[in-house]
Amino acid sequence: MQVTINGELRDVPPQTTQQLLESLGIDPRKVAVERNAEILPKAEYVTTTLADGDRIEILHFVGGG
Amino acid sequence: MATNDKLVIAGREFSSRLMVGTGKYASFKETALALEASGAEIITVAVRRVNLDRNKESLLDYIDLKKYTLLPNTAGCYTADDAVRTCRLAREAGMSDFVKLEVLGNEKTLFPDNEELLKAAKILVKEGFTVLPYTSDDPIVCKKLEDLGCAAVMPLGAPIGSGLGIRNPYNIRIILETVKIPVIVDAGVGTASDAAIAMELGCDGVLMNTAIAGAKNPIAMAEAMNLAVRAGRLAYLAGRIPRKLYATASSPLEGLLE
Repeated sequence: MQVTINGELRDVPPQTTQQLLESLGIDPRKVAVERNAEILPKAEYVTTTLADGDRIEILHFVGGG
Repeated sequence: MATNDKLVIAGREFSSRLMVGTGKYASFKETALALEASGAEIITVAVRRVNLDRNKESLLDYIDLKKYTLLPNTAGCYTADDAVRTCRLAREAGMSDFVKLEVLGNEKTLFPDNEELLKAAKILVKEGFTVLPYTSDDPIVCKKLEDLGCAAVMPLGAPIGSGLGIRNPYNIRIILETVKIPVIVDAGVGTASDAAIAMELGCDGVLMNTAIAGAKNPIAMAEAMNLAVRAGRLAYLAGRIPRKLYATASSPLEGLLE
């Protein structure tokens, strides 16, 4: 199925948000995730299964003033 | 300095009155060393998309979160909606309610859009955020931000990254007389004396990024700012002499040779 991650269309197998983060090498504790413009609470990463067409945003802290 | 002279923001006490940004450094290592030298306890960070293809080394790998309080900003937001969205994401990423709210008016000046700023502040306070807004050096806007429930106001000294110093110390003084919440000069500092001036005016703190990160030696400048903020605060508490146009002798006039 296809999901858009940070603006990039990607082919991914059906999986949970937690699994997606792990496959991307991202530490779930250090990011915030939006799914279809709604914030996904960290506790729901393991229970939320991605659906075809989802728009996922994965954000983290970077240097800034 | 009196050890009980603490900066209190929303009930939380801080020993350092210098807050620093973490942008524009040559490396994460340099960032960490500059933070250490600055003595800052509150550091700002930005919220951005994770780069999916680059290595996953992150700023937070270099920062001891037990030592620093993260203050996520909404840099790059030009509408209240974008700023509110960014704050919600920051809270989810960092599990803290502290946010530096900035809503910009245009790219050339990076001056705040105060109309959008007030709109965003209202929503965020209602959602339980501890809001520290970057604002114009406008006492009326600062009072409105206080009335909305912001935890501090952060008027600019000069445009972000300009290094022009405190361009309107009289407005800063009026802001200090107008609001009861902490006043933190945010933006405009170029060198140590600018930070000292802000503190001598009676400001509760100073926030800066470029002045340190852009210096030839950022770590040395971080230490200079640390000292300047402490010196300025101490001078403010000590109470300066009034300015006079003509001289007053420092040595006794009695006992002069005749």
